[in-house]
Amino acid sequence: MSVVVTPAARDAGAVTVPTPRANRRGLRHKPLGLVSACYLVVLAAASLIVPGLVSVDPEAQDLSHALAGPSAAHWLGTDRLGRDVLVRLLVSTPGTLVDIAEAVVVFTVLGVGLGVLAGFLGRWTDRTISRFGDLVLALPGIIVLLMVLAVFPGNDLAAMIALGVLSSPVLLRVVRAVTISTRNELFVRAARLSGLTTTQLIRRHILPWLAGPITVQVSLFAAAAVLAQAGLSFLGLARPETAGPSWGNMIAEASNVISTDGWLLVPTGGIVAITVLALGLLGDAVRDVTVGRSTRGAGRWTGLSDAPRPPDDTTATAALLSVRGLTVGFAGTTVVRDVAFDVRAGETVGIVGESGCGKTVTARSLLGLLPGDGRVTAGSIRFDGTELVGLDERRLAGLRGSRIGFVAQDPMNGLDPTFRVGSQLVEVIRRHQALSRRAARQRTRELLELVQFAEPEQVARRYPHELSGGMAQRVGIALALAGDPDLLIADEPTTALDVTVQAEILDLLRGLRSRLGMAIILVTHDWGVLADLCDRAVVMYAGEVVEQAGIGDLYRAPRHPYTEGLLAANPHRAPVGDALPAIAGTVPTPSAWPGGCHFAPRCRFATEQCRAERVAVTVLSRDRSTRCLHFDQLVVP
Amino acid sequence: MVRETVRWLVSSLVLLFVVTALTFVLVSLAPGDAARSVLSGQSTGYTNQQYQQMRHLLGIDQPLPVQYWHWLDGLLHGSLGTDLFNGQPVTDALAGRIGPSLSIVLGTVLVAGLVGVGLGIVSARRAGIAGRIVDVITLGGFAVPNFWLALVLVELLAVKVAAFPAGGYVPPAGDPAGWIRSIVLPVITLSAGAVALIAKQTRDCMADVLSREFVTMLRARGLGTASIVYRHALRNAAIPVVTVLGLLLINLLGGTVLIEAVFAVPGLGQEAVTASGTHNLPVIEGIAFYFTIAVVVANLLVDLSYRRLNPKARAS
Repeated sequence: MSVVVTPAARDAGAVTVPTPRANRRGLRHKPLGLVSACYLVVLAAASLIVPGLVSVDPEAQDLSHALAGPSAAHWLGTDRLGRDVLVRLLVSTPGTLVDIAEAVVVFTVLGVGLGVLAGFLGRWTDRTISRFGDLVLALPGIIVLLMVLAVFPGNDLAAMIALGVLSSPVLLRVVRAVTISTRNELFVRAARLSGLTTTQLIRRHILPWLAGPITVQVSLFAAAAVLAQAGLSFLGLARPETAGPSWGNMIAEASNVISTDGWLLVPTGGIVAITVLALGLLGDAVRDVTVGRSTRGAGRWTGLSDAPRPPDDTTATAALLSVRGLTVGFAGTTVVRDVAFDVRAGETVGIVGESGCGKTVTARSLLGLLPGDGRVTAGSIRFDGTELVGLDERRLAGLRGSRIGFVAQDPMNGLDPTFRVGSQLVEVIRRHQALSRRAARQRTRELLELVQFAEPEQVARRYPHELSGGMAQRVGIALALAGDPDLLIADEPTTALDVTVQAEILDLLRGLRSRLGMAIILVTHDWGVLADLCDRAVVMYAGEVVEQAGIGDLYRAPRHPYTEGLLAANPHRAPVGDALPAIAGTVPTPSAWPGGCHFAPRCRFATEQCRAERVAVTVLSRDRSTRCLHFDQLVVP
Repeated sequence: MVRETVRWLVSSLVLLFVVTALTFVLVSLAPGDAARSVLSGQSTGYTNQQYQQMRHLLGIDQPLPVQYWHWLDGLLHGSLGTDLFNGQPVTDALAGRIGPSLSIVLGTVLVAGLVGVGLGIVSARRAGIAGRIVDVITLGGFAVPNFWLALVLVELLAVKVAAFPAGGYVPPAGDPAGWIRSIVLPVITLSAGAVALIAKQTRDCMADVLSREFVTMLRARGLGTASIVYRHALRNAAIPVVTVLGLLLINLLGGTVLIEAVFAVPGLGQEAVTASGTHNLPVIEGIAFYFTIAVVVANLLVDLSYRRLNPKARAS
């Protein structure tokens, strides 16, 4: 689980205190979890109330009705001595639940207490506690349990305490990990600086984050404890038959008559299984709610095939890539709307705008690589005559890498940590060209030389974690070039890197463009990069393209107030010593887009007309367009 | 590498020491002692003098640290002591009991590894009916008490249809088919929960790995689904799954106690129950020793495969 501090908040220097997601979406949306919770409550309640109401003695024998199946008088039948199974199950439930509660209390107190201490204090406390946990986890638990039961014969309290202690390191590890990750979050550090005591800090800022993981582990442990308690009782080591009915010894009794009367195993085993199931499902539901995702179907990729196929456009353009009316939605919310631009062969086009304007989503949608439930909901992407929207994953995979290469913002996380650089390159190369292993290794060397590695063999032998950020990005570029693509999409390729390394990567891209003659889409928020590398620019604001122009025109005479504002805020152009002008306000989130012009709330030219309805694109010349009603008011300075 | 080995050796010795010492303390704390067990087995009544003599004879009248020291000394000379009741060396008494327990435990780990990982992948990748079926199977395996399952399996597959023996153990030497038939039911029983555990773990890890950035980038580079899922994602997901397999192995050592009781398998678990009932300290101590050795070896195997799978662990 990670704490999300939005980039906007970080930029503003403000520290937002997030609340665990569990608070926002409760168990109400998890029917199975809800049913499980209800079952457990009903079970506990029934076991406490019903035996008092029913006048049947659980030990009352009725040998004339021994081993009778379910009937109106005995809902779950009777056992060998004619005792009512339902009554005996209910009577045995409080004892079982008390046993489980004892084990759970020990498990939780030890696990949470030691876990928070280890995670929060760190240093030797952490080392000592972690070692202790590892040691306990390595103990042959059942042997210790047998010994404990030999010391305290038939004493289930002792057994349950031992079970709790023996299992607690599992919870300890989880709590420690969450505590460490939370402790290092910005808002906790800020809270500490503001003078909260350690106890206050743990209670107010750490424990809320632990609630979810603790609930998951406790419910899973409770399930295991139910099984263990039943097992010990089945063997007669805890809660033996002489001490009254228990779930375990009732199964043992049932096993004696298994051949003649198999029915008895059903209610006795059933109550154990259903209780374990309920605890397990409850844990799953809490996990899904707190982690905020379902784990099923994560690897099902539909590409762009479930997007609506656009009408066939016969007016083929000369452009290599032609995007028209591209609209992308996440779970019903539109985040990119009506985006249109062209990229001609060999041309470099920059997509520029603030964070959260839809640049990355646009770039990824071109390859059908939208994360999670992101979908292209309308529009057309034509690449070299092929319509990509509606194309199935298999054919799209054929284009990826070989015709369109992709370089992402975060180079380190873009590499598989478990394979060497060389083997990752060899695999990609052989995917695109029918080469022998040997030839592919030769090509690997060439590609690594192409991205300016002086010692390609040595780099090929390294694992990703042995690379610096700049090296990893060069490897990422080599991987993107492995299929010799006609179009390279680079999504903020330098943002995650040090300033000195940024220049190195930009030089590399410039050199590659002139050597290989491929078209490049460069997503950036850096005007210097834009001016340096790009022929044309596509300016995006709040999910829309607001202006397009050749790079010189754009700098000389912006035709959209947002472009003008961005240019004024560009540190490269601001006069030294003056305060940097900034556009007041922030980019609205997709759900808060205004009805009219998206930029109107921040715009000095905005009129009633701008707010009234969506503003259409005005084409000014072949390469120039703006989504502004008042573009003519922008005067050249 | 030398440092790693030394660290592993030290932590193994510490574990061995803690477990055997703890066993010593717990057994001697238990009400009653071996002298009473022996004497009450021989005749109906005995005098206090006879009792003290027997304690002396068995060596359990000495202070606990001295007894433990003698045991450690014997261990260094390759002896685990002698059975208090029949004077047989513990190593001999337990020799025949390791095979049955080991066969069941390793068989279960094998089944859990293969079936569990397979089901986990299906569950992570398929949102449709196949994923649902896998989920139901894993939930069932998780919830059914294994001793209950054992009873039902014996009734159905050994008594009603005599496909497998209801209990007992056949050594593999001489009768390999009989050996497999004799461990099938115990292995199925223990596998139900184990498969569920591994499938769940695999499912969660695969889902986590498949949502990571490098998987998107593998797709961006044009790799096919098969390579991404089975070559890249599985290898990354295997790192935590192997850890859980190791914990499972340790857990199964305990699980055999119940299962051996139900299937009347003459293994270490059965002997543990018998010996702890009669305060047969050297035998209990021997079993604890063997179990701890198994734990140590399991940890070593996990550590080695972890290193093999995770290059970061290899470096540090």
